[in-house]
Amino acid sequence: MRWLSRSYLTLVYLLLYVPIVVLVVFSFNDSRTGYNWGGLSLRWYDSLFNNHAMVQAMWNSLWLALTAATVSTIIGALTALALHRYRFRGKRVLNGMLFVVMMSPEIVLAISLLGLFLLLGLKLGYVSLLLAHVTFCLPFVVITVMARLSGFDERLPEAARDLGASDFTMTRTVLLPVIMPALMAGWLLGFTLSMDDVVVSTFVSGPSYEILPLRIYSMVRVGLKPEVNALGTLLLVFSLVMLMLSQRILSRSKQ
Amino acid sequence: MTKTLLSLSGISKQFDGKTVLDELSLTIDDGEFITLLGPSGCGKTTLLRMMAGFEHPDEGTVTLSGVDITQTPPEHRPLNTVFQNYALFPHMSVFDNVAYGLKMEKRPKAEIAERVEEALAMVQLEDFVRRKPHQLSGGQQQRVAIARAVVKRPKMLLLDEPLSALDYKLRRTMQVELKRLQRELGITFVFVTHDQEEALSMSDRIVVLKDGHIQQLGTPREVYERPANVFTARFVGQTNFFPGRVTKIEGERISVDVFGLTRDLNKPSFRVAMNQSLHVLLRPEDIRVLAPDDTDGVAGKIVERNYKGSTLDSVIELEDGSHVMASEFFDEDDPTFDYSIGERVRVSWVDGWEWLLAEEGDEPLTDEEELAADDAEH
Amino acid sequence: MMRSIKQQPFRAAVLVLVWGWLLFLVLAPNILVVGASVMTRNPSTFISLPLNLDAYRQLFNPLYLDVFLHSLYMAALTTLICLLIGYPFAWALSRVEKRRQMLLIFLLIVPFWTNSLVRTYALKLILATNGLLNSALMSLGVIDEPAQLLYTEGAVIVGLVYLLLPFMILPLYSVFEDLRQDVLLASHDLGAGRFATFKNVVVPLTLPGVLAGVMLVLLPAMGLFFVPDILGGSRNLLVGNVIKNQFLDARNWPFGAAASIVLTLTMALLMFAHRLSKRRLGEEGA
Repeated sequence: MRWLSRSYLTLVYLLLYVPIVVLVVFSFNDSRTGYNWGGLSLRWYDSLFNNHAMVQAMWNSLWLALTAATVSTIIGALTALALHRYRFRGKRVLNGMLFVVMMSPEIVLAISLLGLFLLLGLKLGYVSLLLAHVTFCLPFVVITVMARLSGFDERLPEAARDLGASDFTMTRTVLLPVIMPALMAGWLLGFTLSMDDVVVSTFVSGPSYEILPLRIYSMVRVGLKPEVNALGTLLLVFSLVMLMLSQRILSRSKQ
Repeated sequence: MTKTLLSLSGISKQFDGKTVLDELSLTIDDGEFITLLGPSGCGKTTLLRMMAGFEHPDEGTVTLSGVDITQTPPEHRPLNTVFQNYALFPHMSVFDNVAYGLKMEKRPKAEIAERVEEALAMVQLEDFVRRKPHQLSGGQQQRVAIARAVVKRPKMLLLDEPLSALDYKLRRTMQVELKRLQRELGITFVFVTHDQEEALSMSDRIVVLKDGHIQQLGTPREVYERPANVFTARFVGQTNFFPGRVTKIEGERISVDVFGLTRDLNKPSFRVAMNQSLHVLLRPEDIRVLAPDDTDGVAGKIVERNYKGSTLDSVIELEDGSHVMASEFFDEDDPTFDYSIGERVRVSWVDGWEWLLAEEGDEPLTDEEELAADDAEH
Repeated sequence: MMRSIKQQPFRAAVLVLVWGWLLFLVLAPNILVVGASVMTRNPSTFISLPLNLDAYRQLFNPLYLDVFLHSLYMAALTTLICLLIGYPFAWALSRVEKRRQMLLIFLLIVPFWTNSLVRTYALKLILATNGLLNSALMSLGVIDEPAQLLYTEGAVIVGLVYLLLPFMILPLYSVFEDLRQDVLLASHDLGAGRFATFKNVVVPLTLPGVLAGVMLVLLPAMGLFFVPDILGGSRNLLVGNVIKNQFLDARNWPFGAAASIVLTLTMALLMFAHRLSKRRLGEEGA
């Protein structure tokens, strides 16, 4: 029984990871066709960084992810604090809306935002991308911070208020340090979600601001492009580092 | 004549190389209320799970009414369990929880309804049939768990610390109820607990367990008044251990020197030799506290006093530094009797109320056992 | 209990910001979509009056109905496969000793953090006509010439399962973690065998996880338009592809909006079922 369940787990993990390993291995393949092994080479990494448009898209994506993660972390943290501490009318509605945003298919969010932006006459580009990315990152930050707050002693804020701290001062001196690890983890998650998003960006981006996932999308729709292997490998390593950082921050703060 | 219902013989069990039960044998009589008592990790729960069929012994056999059931899975054993945290099915109503076992037996609907109603009446929960477990209090959930187990009319009911999650008052009520149920149903109860008071008040027989071995098997009175060894004496109730030395052996009587007093005692069942050291055990309620000018007893002073309602419990420090616990009933002639801290007194006891134990290489209690013993007192 | 803005300026500012964001970027756009779905197509302004239900009628146009049903079929099959793989997987995972479990969970979250486009592309490397799988099968002598694996319905489903499996496993893992061992023992103790225990206890108690997993898999499996784009060719479209085409290429907003409302309603239905199943267990609805 135990043997069976072990081998089953192993098999599924294998299936999940084989494509990733293939991608990484092929990114170092010298062959142009992309199917046969032609020896070790870094030529696709080289051609990647010599592609001006590609490098530009990379910078655009990084800047977008950086700003979207920061804005969504700030708003998300405030939302979580408000949900945790204040009693106000429509609290359940607010909670429900966040849940719906998280659960709804990305494409539904994408077209609704596209409609809004066009109705307002907003030029599709950095600003529309930022607003959209912040919106889909928001619930994830809120959840991360709420999880942290739920394991938190209710009496600490009361003690701070009792000792004469104002609402704002208490938030800054007591709550902020407590939720800091969750903020960092939420930021990292937001950054990664933004870097990887294809669906929403397809709708709300314009020619003035090309971002990396869309550039990859246009490359992989037809045939195989060895540069994509290299780029994919870089993105995988990047995501892995972000995830490990986030896990480290969260697990360390638990002690 | 009692007849044997379940017998365990030569049971051994290891988990990850650690021995939990070591060649243990035990027979349980039909209709008795037997309690497995011991500190955590003593093997009592493993033993119960083995009777239920959740664990199988590495060695040894389990027989029920003469049939070997060592490898029989739990669903084919005519025994039922009341779990520690009730283990009610959260998605089923009280009725469906209790009916579950009968549905598994594929009983007709009418019979199920009748027997469930009967079982719920027995635990006074007739008005809660449609409720879900999370809508019940802890005590009510406990009753559902009991009804669910007894509705199948098992040959034996296994109860795994069923009262440990209840508060003190409710626990006392449930103890009485369980005894009543057992009398009414006439089925054998095997009860696991670490609470020695619970064990003493409910059981026909108590099995004291430690490290996978049976320390003592006997009636509550035997276990309390004539503990078989130092562990049992310490674990069950509070005990004063006085160091004694044999000074004279004469027929069925011996003389023992305790704190410089010479006491004339009955010869114990174990072999004694001249000058042998032994333990003289006295329960706090057997200690008599005398006035400082009394001729009997050992001198000491009061270092602690606790008013307990019906008794006055005190700790007396003797001149050699050892402490003696005493527990005295208030008597009607002197309702205001009390001690002050530091008061000088003398400590004695009535000959014949003591119990003698041989020294056992005398390992001191480990911390864990001390804690468990503390636990058991509450 | 109203407190004035002056007394708690911080509280007021936070609430205004949060509500403002959600009303403006979540509620308003969604109302817009509902509105668009009942308006008339207009090539220059996208939508115009009069109000009508033409877009919904168009959903039942055999041409689109076919696409929808095929998409629904692929999504349902994807969900079923994810469930069949994920259910025993989550069960086995919850039984692994705790220390190792942390690592295994980490390995499951990794895909969630990595670029799904890149991972879909990685599948293409394996499934292509002269890709790894064909080469492997030919060298093993299973097949003589390369099989057409890419640009098939199967490829789309493999892609969707590959991308969405972790989303099925994680909620299932969480219900199996909460499944108390003593409840299963109680079932055996009361005379139920393995199968009866599974049917009467395990399945009902893990149902909220199943529904959460279905929700997290079924909806994206209808929306992830890039998967058929990369792996499926033109015949295996998802609802997502239809919506995307209507909005970005055909410029038929009312129809695109109506299609997206179908997705939203499916989600609402699943969320309702999920809530119901949790309430039955006496847990608070999420």
